[in-house]
Amino acid sequence: MADPMKIRAQIKGDVAEIRILMGHPMETGQRKDAAGATVPAHFIQSMTVDVAGKRVVDGQIGTSVSRNPVFGFKMKGAKAGDKVVVNWVDNKGDKRTDEATVA
Amino acid sequence: MEMNPARRTVLRGAGSLGALSALVLAGVLKPTAVYAADWNKAAFEAKDTAGALKGIGAASTSESKDLMLKVPDIAENGAVVPVDVTCNIPKTSSISILVEKNPSPLCAHFEFANGAVADVSARLKMGQTSLVKAVAKADGKFYTAQKEVKVTVGGCGG
Amino acid sequence: MKQHLIGALCALAFVGGSIAQTPKKPAAKPAPKPAQAAVAEEKDAATLEFEKFRAEMEDSNPAELFEMKGAEQWKAKRGPKNVSLAESCDLGQGVGKIDGAYVKMPRYFADADAVMDAERRIVWCMVEKQGFLFDDIAKRPFANETFTPDITNLVTYVAAHSRNMKIDVPLKDPKVRDAYEIGKEIAAYRAGPYDFSCNTCHGSDGKRIRMQNLPNIATPKGALSGVQGWPGYRMTGGVMLTHQWRMGDCFRQQRFPQPKYASDAVAYLLTYMIGNANGQTYKGPGIKR
Repeated sequence: MADPMKIRAQIKGDVAEIRILMGHPMETGQRKDAAGATVPAHFIQSMTVDVAGKRVVDGQIGTSVSRNPVFGFKMKGAKAGDKVVVNWVDNKGDKRTDEATVA
Repeated sequence: MEMNPARRTVLRGAGSLGALSALVLAGVLKPTAVYAADWNKAAFEAKDTAGALKGIGAASTSESKDLMLKVPDIAENGAVVPVDVTCNIPKTSSISILVEKNPSPLCAHFEFANGAVADVSARLKMGQTSLVKAVAKADGKFYTAQKEVKVTVGGCGG
Repeated sequence: MKQHLIGALCALAFVGGSIAQTPKKPAAKPAPKPAQAAVAEEKDAATLEFEKFRAEMEDSNPAELFEMKGAEQWKAKRGPKNVSLAESCDLGQGVGKIDGAYVKMPRYFADADAVMDAERRIVWCMVEKQGFLFDDIAKRPFANETFTPDITNLVTYVAAHSRNMKIDVPLKDPKVRDAYEIGKEIAAYRAGPYDFSCNTCHGSDGKRIRMQNLPNIATPKGALSGVQGWPGYRMTGGVMLTHQWRMGDCFRQQRFPQPKYASDAVAYLLTYMIGNANGQTYKGPGIKR
């Protein structure tokens, strides 16, 4: 099962900063392991951020995103206590949903 | 000879999928949940910048000072290059990030809605010294900014 | 303490080809003046550029993912004895207390009659309190690209609970002081095919390898920069690694045999290095190139 994400959402001035850490190998499909065998591609392809029930970010990513991805977004109009829901789906169909609360 | 009709059928199939992706990207079809099928395969698997730009619909772009790309001049480690893109052009709806010399240049594409500020930070792999390019879509037009990041070989244990 | 002295001397013996080469002899060749002005400038430009992005990198450090796992593992009842570390493990601040524990180690633990760094102490708790077998833990003690051992998560969790606290290795304790002195000698001990010591790279100011500055661990500032990177998320490979791992890797790069996991030799080296950083603020877990 995929590892949980770590999500932080904080209001700073008039924007909320949303920072997301994801645990994922983000294999490019081009790397070789110690035995010389090609490690198959395994990477997150789609991710979304919903705040207070509304889709704020709809993202697609490729193999160039670093292993254990880190993303930062900003939004206006979020209030303390709003629920932040982040989803991702990878090329093997694995998925993960985690939540946080705007502070 | 018999290969050709079959091949054409396959291509036609791929073409219609591509068109569907384009509609999704254009916001005509808005998915309510994420599915891997939404992934813009043509754009992400394009082997050069021109192909990637075409894949995201950005056939022609112009440079803009209001699109700001923050990357290091020299990356501490090509495996984790911090990138921050901010677009102050009104009605910015999406930001894409490309690394020209990566095997597949398109790294990420984000669409913003419901109060999201056109500002994203991410960390990218870079195989070698390359131009990093940000592309923003605002009010139907595409804008770009780019900057070179040098990738060096490091020391030992860190 | 005698036992530990012998242990460390054994460690010294195996790293050296010849015992006749006395470890007392400090590797005190004065370091050659390293940097012409031009080289120094180039280094500074690159370093400044790295530093511009350091705060952001540290603020969003994937190490937190490992810290989260460590938190679960610290609290979970585990092992043949089915007890949690939270209810059984004393890191020197009382059973289950982790705030500030990491920056006050290595320290002497009477129950184990040994000076222990954080990782060694947690391993001791896993063995003595939870009933895990040391050999099982020591088989694969460090992370690679497909595997992160529980101990690494636990160390990361404990270290994170010392963030922004003052490093305070109890060097006044005679047993810790002894460990410090032995660690200092291990750092200076030259051997192997390249006649290297830890201090060859990390014992004088102004050294670098390629684009990286090498901290002088004999100075408070250099020791701190070494200490607070660990445990650290290593960008190369994207793996979480501990200070124990780093010591072992230094041995490897000196072309020495690897020190035994969670051994006296490593605990003493860490006592020397972390002790030199005393009085400064720990900002780890780190993110490393």
